[in-house]
Amino acid sequence: MMIPLADLVTILPEIIVVSVACLLFVLDPITPSNRKDLLAWMSVAALAVCFIVTAGSMGDRVSAFSDLVVVDGYASFWKLLLYVVSGMTILLSIGYLKEERIDLAEFYGFVLLSLTGMMIMVSGADLLVIYLGIELMSISLYVLAGFKRFEARSIESSAKYFILGAFSSGLLLYGISLIFGAAGSTRLVEIAAAVDARGLDDSLILIALTLVIVGFGFKVAAVPFHMWTPDVYQGAPTSVTAFMAVASKAASFGAFLRVMLEGFGGMKPNWSGLILGVCILTLILGNLVAIVQTNVKRMLAYSSIAHAGYALIGLVVAGWVGTEAGVSAKGVSSMMLYLAVYSFMTLGAFSMVAILRRGGEEGEDLDDFTGLAKRHKGAAFLMLLFMVSLAGIPPTAGFIGKFYLFMAAVNAGLTWLAVVGLIFAAVSAFYYLRIVMVMYMREPSPEQEGETRLALSPTATVVLALAAAGVVIFGIYPWPLVSLTASASLP
Amino acid sequence: MSSGGFPWLTLVVILPLLGVAAIFLVEEALAKWVALGVSSLVFLVSLPLWVLFDESTPAMQFVETHQWIASPSINYAVGVDGISLPLVLLTTLLTPLCVLVSWTSIQTRAREFMISLLVMETATLGVFVSLDFVLFYVFWETMLIPMYLLIGIWGGPNRVYAAIKFFLYTLAGSILLLVAIIVLYFYAGQDSFDIRTLSNAEYPPWLQAWLFWAFFAAFAVKVPMFPFHTWLPDAHVEAPTAGSVILASVLLKFGAYGFLRFSLPMLPDATQRFTSVVLFLSVVAIIYGAYMAFAQADLKKLIAYSSVSHMGFVTLGIFVLNAQGIEGAILQMVNHGITTGALFLCVGIVYERTHSREIVDNSGLAASMPVYATFLVIFALSSVGLPGMNSFVGEFFVLVGAFMWNKAVATLAALGVILAAAYILWMLQRVVYGTPAQHMASKLYDMNWCEIGMLAPLAFLVFWIGLYPKPLLDVMHASVDHLVQKQAKVMVVETGPSSFSPMPITSDEVSPPPRLERAGVRVKSMEPETR
Repeated sequence: MMIPLADLVTILPEIIVVSVACLLFVLDPITPSNRKDLLAWMSVAALAVCFIVTAGSMGDRVSAFSDLVVVDGYASFWKLLLYVVSGMTILLSIGYLKEERIDLAEFYGFVLLSLTGMMIMVSGADLLVIYLGIELMSISLYVLAGFKRFEARSIESSAKYFILGAFSSGLLLYGISLIFGAAGSTRLVEIAAAVDARGLDDSLILIALTLVIVGFGFKVAAVPFHMWTPDVYQGAPTSVTAFMAVASKAASFGAFLRVMLEGFGGMKPNWSGLILGVCILTLILGNLVAIVQTNVKRMLAYSSIAHAGYALIGLVVAGWVGTEAGVSAKGVSSMMLYLAVYSFMTLGAFSMVAILRRGGEEGEDLDDFTGLAKRHKGAAFLMLLFMVSLAGIPPTAGFIGKFYLFMAAVNAGLTWLAVVGLIFAAVSAFYYLRIVMVMYMREPSPEQEGETRLALSPTATVVLALAAAGVVIFGIYPWPLVSLTASASLP
Repeated sequence: MSSGGFPWLTLVVILPLLGVAAIFLVEEALAKWVALGVSSLVFLVSLPLWVLFDESTPAMQFVETHQWIASPSINYAVGVDGISLPLVLLTTLLTPLCVLVSWTSIQTRAREFMISLLVMETATLGVFVSLDFVLFYVFWETMLIPMYLLIGIWGGPNRVYAAIKFFLYTLAGSILLLVAIIVLYFYAGQDSFDIRTLSNAEYPPWLQAWLFWAFFAAFAVKVPMFPFHTWLPDAHVEAPTAGSVILASVLLKFGAYGFLRFSLPMLPDATQRFTSVVLFLSVVAIIYGAYMAFAQADLKKLIAYSSVSHMGFVTLGIFVLNAQGIEGAILQMVNHGITTGALFLCVGIVYERTHSREIVDNSGLAASMPVYATFLVIFALSSVGLPGMNSFVGEFFVLVGAFMWNKAVATLAALGVILAAAYILWMLQRVVYGTPAQHMASKLYDMNWCEIGMLAPLAFLVFWIGLYPKPLLDVMHASVDHLVQKQAKVMVVETGPSSFSPMPITSDEVSPPPRLERAGVRVKSMEPETR
């Protein structure tokens, strides 16, 4: 059977990314060790090309491979975000890998492979295709998490991630197989048709739906499926943590939302309450446990759980029974906006952890930030900016993200949910500001002053500048991003 | 509108930010010069607002509107009326003084200090001039960060605790405000966050009740009203002098301004309904604050508690809902800004010499610092409300307003004036005329010209407002009348069925409040003193 050329053109970005990834694996052994940077630049160039291709074809809805893959504004939005995030991860890693003495170009290859998986996830119109994407993404991430192979914590992180990831994939796959039993297909449109035909009380579909939600719950790190997050995030190399916290979360949310709305859209009364419960639990647990953390990476891990809770507000609104189509689309677009904003501020915060060194180690302890404002004014100020934005205080992008989410919630009649979200935003301010406090209001001890330094490579500077620019510009002039999400929202 | 289209307000709001950019470019030693220059320039640029202001209309003036976000429609909309103009001028006047008082006392990280101060000025001015509710909220929250840094970095020994307490208290208070803003938007249903549009919409009484308490949480923490005041003594005591001045003179006005700008016009029914609760809390604050001030051995803490008491007069004046009360409240906001700001400056000046804020360490200053003692007496007496000084006029109006509402409330509030006289005079007796503290004698020297230059304009204002408040009152008349008429309309409609008129009452039939003839009397009685 010949594959039609039009279908290949549709997935051109995926093809570019996966070919460059393979090329990297081939080129890595034959590249002299002082030229490895070239391979990183090659991947960034590939991402730039993909960005132009995707941005150029933005808007029109195209299906390919007999409706297994769909490229619409929604998928394109996530892809654009993923290119930016992956590019920033690679740029951050150039200096970071050298500092950690793990500068193998395979790293960039795995980032690109993982990215391919994410792109397939957000473009998949079939549960099995989405599953393939998830696996490609996850397996690459398992490898990346264990990239510091001489360090026990990194290995532990990788093993933990692998076991729990495989477990959750198994649950998801089990759910998909039950769906196949009920609908006779794994394509989202046909699932929707089967849901309509079999009604809301069909126990087979209900079990399958629950399993799918649990599977995706693991991937987006929502409570009570979050247990792997802190250990994995803490043990993995920091640039990988940033990549996991941002890219894999964004892609998982992208796929999650499409499955829930396009596949199970007819069963909103069944799942909106469940998602609401998960959302509230996530908000509570993520924020409360983050308070007691003294390791910044671990604190950011819990903060990323908490932010998954905020993003879920968008899904709750989209699925809330009795809301009009316009209102539920607002829920989707506000979630997209929130995750885009979240990406910039979280990447910025993790980058700061990555470049702060204490002795030969990463400065990931809260103490390592002590008195940073005395020695590195610029770095401390950027960290202040990211923390303020994560806490959702204007005039940063974090506020805009929360504002649109709460607008959507109130619009859907969920005013109390907005109140809950805001209460926990105030709680989160406490632990974010603690970092500001140690940076600005504590004096470093003399020994510490000698030990801590900033390993600021030129590319890491670019990453920090991009993240800060995102946080400030989308905070002061959010309209381009807002209109983009509004036009790319799922109907 | 007499603005001639020139964007005065944008200029005033944006100039401090340009100053921040300039501070980044110059070297550290020049930072304070740039800050002084810029903040003085802001003051000069704000003066035309006063000159060109049209006193005859309650409408917003110097209005500028530019689209910020298209959907939902959020605008960069700014303007001032008679309520916000005095507060804008107060802010622009006090910021240069804050730079001056920090001239020698802030030695570490002077650049960051000046940046925080100027960012603070932009945020506070933004709060007072915003005509869009979201824009207002953005400025309202933005203010938290520089203030947090001001207290936390340059404050006293317990600064970190005070800073985070201030931050979390005020943040927690404003949580519900954001939700309330969004709910208002959807109920008004006009795709607008414009304050004027939202004020003209009608909201059902049950919704007003909810929104009233949501607003109340945000504004009462800022005022601060009893029992939400506990962050204030900590923040005041630990903050550097400039921080205390900004806190007392400008920040505390946010809450009262919020009541006047949002609670009263947007939620008239709920305001009427809950007036007695707020008045009760106000009276408690007046008396409780005064009692607490009695017990303080720390000068800054004493002034902090006196602030709680004085701000009680402001909320009292606002919620008696008549023209006298509200005009008195606005006047009292300005007066409190001048007097308490000046008192904090005085404490800062003596602290620079003795490095102690305790009354026992700073006693008997009249002999070694006569000029200082004179200024301190002036501002302390102004705080007491001595006739001929600014606070007397404000408190008098508030008490007249309270008397018209309920005699018992006025009587209890007047008790606060007596208590104020007692604790302030006792403080003066010890600090100015007490036995000099021997171990401090060598450190005392009188004020230099810079410090005199700092306090002199405030002393001038104390007497000016005290003797001839008409210019200030004229600015607010139209806006306050407009506000009171809206309240009166609700009152008349509520009592409508039981009154003689069977016809629905239109706004024309609402009798104007009895303010005008009283204003005439008042102005006449003031004239002899000015000659």
